[in-house]
Amino acid sequence: MSRLQKIIILGSALFMGVSMSYAQGGTRIVMDGSTTVGPIAKAFAEYYMGKHNDVNITVSESGSGNGAKSIINGTCDIANMSRAMKEEEMQAAKEKGHNIVEHIVAMDGIAVVVHPDNPVQGLTKEQLVKIYTGEIRNWKELGGPNLSIVVISRDTNSGTYESFQQLVTKSERITDSAEYVGSNGAIRQRVMTTTGAIGYVGLAFTEGVKALAIEGVEPTPESVIDRSYCISRPLFMYTNGEPAAGTQLADFLNLYKTDEGRKIIEEQGFVAIK
Amino acid sequence: MLSRRTRRFQRLGSLAGQGLLLLVTSLSLFAVLFIFIYIGRDAIPFFTERGVKEFFTSARWYPSHTPSEFGALAMFFGTGLVTLGAVLLAVPLGVAAAVCLSDVLPFKVRQIVKPVIEMLAAIPSVAYGFFALVVLAPLLQERGGPVLSIASWIVGIPIALITVIVVADMAAAHVPDRVRALLRTTLWVVGAGMSWLLLSAAGRHLHGLVIPSGTNALNASLILGIMALPTVVSVSEDALQAAGKDLRMASYALGATRAETILRVVIPTAISGITAAVILGVMRAIGETMVVWMASGNAAQIPSPWFDFLSPVRTLTATIAGDMGEADQVTGSARYHVLFAMALCLLVFSFACNMASEWVVQRTRRRTGRA
Repeated sequence: MSRLQKIIILGSALFMGVSMSYAQGGTRIVMDGSTTVGPIAKAFAEYYMGKHNDVNITVSESGSGNGAKSIINGTCDIANMSRAMKEEEMQAAKEKGHNIVEHIVAMDGIAVVVHPDNPVQGLTKEQLVKIYTGEIRNWKELGGPNLSIVVISRDTNSGTYESFQQLVTKSERITDSAEYVGSNGAIRQRVMTTTGAIGYVGLAFTEGVKALAIEGVEPTPESVIDRSYCISRPLFMYTNGEPAAGTQLADFLNLYKTDEGRKIIEEQGFVAIK
Repeated sequence: MLSRRTRRFQRLGSLAGQGLLLLVTSLSLFAVLFIFIYIGRDAIPFFTERGVKEFFTSARWYPSHTPSEFGALAMFFGTGLVTLGAVLLAVPLGVAAAVCLSDVLPFKVRQIVKPVIEMLAAIPSVAYGFFALVVLAPLLQERGGPVLSIASWIVGIPIALITVIVVADMAAAHVPDRVRALLRTTLWVVGAGMSWLLLSAAGRHLHGLVIPSGTNALNASLILGIMALPTVVSVSEDALQAAGKDLRMASYALGATRAETILRVVIPTAISGITAAVILGVMRAIGETMVVWMASGNAAQIPSPWFDFLSPVRTLTATIAGDMGEADQVTGSARYHVLFAMALCLLVFSFACNMASEWVVQRTRRRTGRA
């Protein structure tokens, strides 16, 4: 047998294997969207698929904006988003004949994080704005060491960026020396290894870095739920129409209302809705 | 009867084969054409809506604010800076390695080393990016000063040596025989001393440097330079090989040394191929996305001073990749079309580069009269 023949046979076997594994599952649920909601979606999917063998759930994390795009274009069943749908997006969905339904599945606090060795313990919201607009450029202005501040932001494609903009910087422009990275994990990685860095991440991503108190309030589940911590936001899942009761999709989506679902959400570092 | 039918079938078969090949060939041609048309179609609305001036002259990039600002100058600059850095690394190293492979190393060693260098091209760019983010960036932040000062020695010593030797030789050629050896030795000693002083001053200065952020133009340039290396080495080595054995033998027969043969005969003959290699390397560096997205820091600023490789910069490719998700047609059209305007600029530039490399190759062919 020539090598070419071997390759062809191997390839077609692979292809058949893949197509069969797609064909056999009973229900497929496709989720797309925020990297912040991603961990919840993935944990939900793992839990649900463990209980129901015939359900196949795929979770993509391409950012809230892409999640909205996917549900508008009908390429996903659930859009995970860390910001609310925009007016224009709702409009675009309506034009395509979709009726987008919002579900608030959990609460998230955006933690402002610095390197563990940074002696600064807390900031006021005003100071935070000044850091991000480039007015404060050195940690010594905040009672820290003489070290220039490396401002790190999420990319403009992320829901966390938009929430941070809405909750903190508002109409002010972020300094042009700010660095942009593509995920919560990447921010944590950069802050963990950079002494002068400051960044912002979802509450679930503060391991290995130091979360600062804002206006004297530590970012904890309690302070997020009672809204005393000022940089907090709801997390959303959007569906095309209210899923019909009794379907796998409805069962899966409503996990967040169950005790197991709440436990999963809390295990991921988010705050469950009562 | 039978044989005629067979012949007809054969002719039909050959026609079908030709047609198929023509189709396949034109497919790639049409792909290029369609890419130009579609990118142009989505880029033009941006220029008609917002004009040309802001895009090319302003460095203020605030696409998601109201009112939005679309100054792409910082991105053009960032692309240029990291490409310049990559070229400064890849071209001297790559051409030197190509000369070494084709004219210095024994054939057997070359057969092993060249595929290994070409392996560099097979590593996925995201793996390079991950290395830049997780290894190189923290290294630059924690030990940036010492690392840079050691690097300056490694780079500086060969450059200083070559400069001193060449300058001394050139100066010595203009004096009478009696004092030639004396002058040469004096120049060597003076040159070595001066470059030692210069290098240690530079080393001391670099040693004290603190790099606040390791994801910067230097980081991206280093990685891009390494990524462009296999292209430069491989293509220029091919060009050097193509210079031919006859030419080398003729040069040796005239009494030239190996160094003279390489510098005066082989490299000038292969210069068009080497130029093409450099242009290909530049294009590799300009078009790369994942690595710059992960390694450059993505700050939309023009560093001050402009050659400050230690500050984070943002490139056109990284901006397109990073902003594409949110910039759908449904959410603000200028923000969507501006990315296509950037893509069009990149496309036009790489097209121009391609034409330039074609032109260089053709011109040299004509001049040397070689096929």
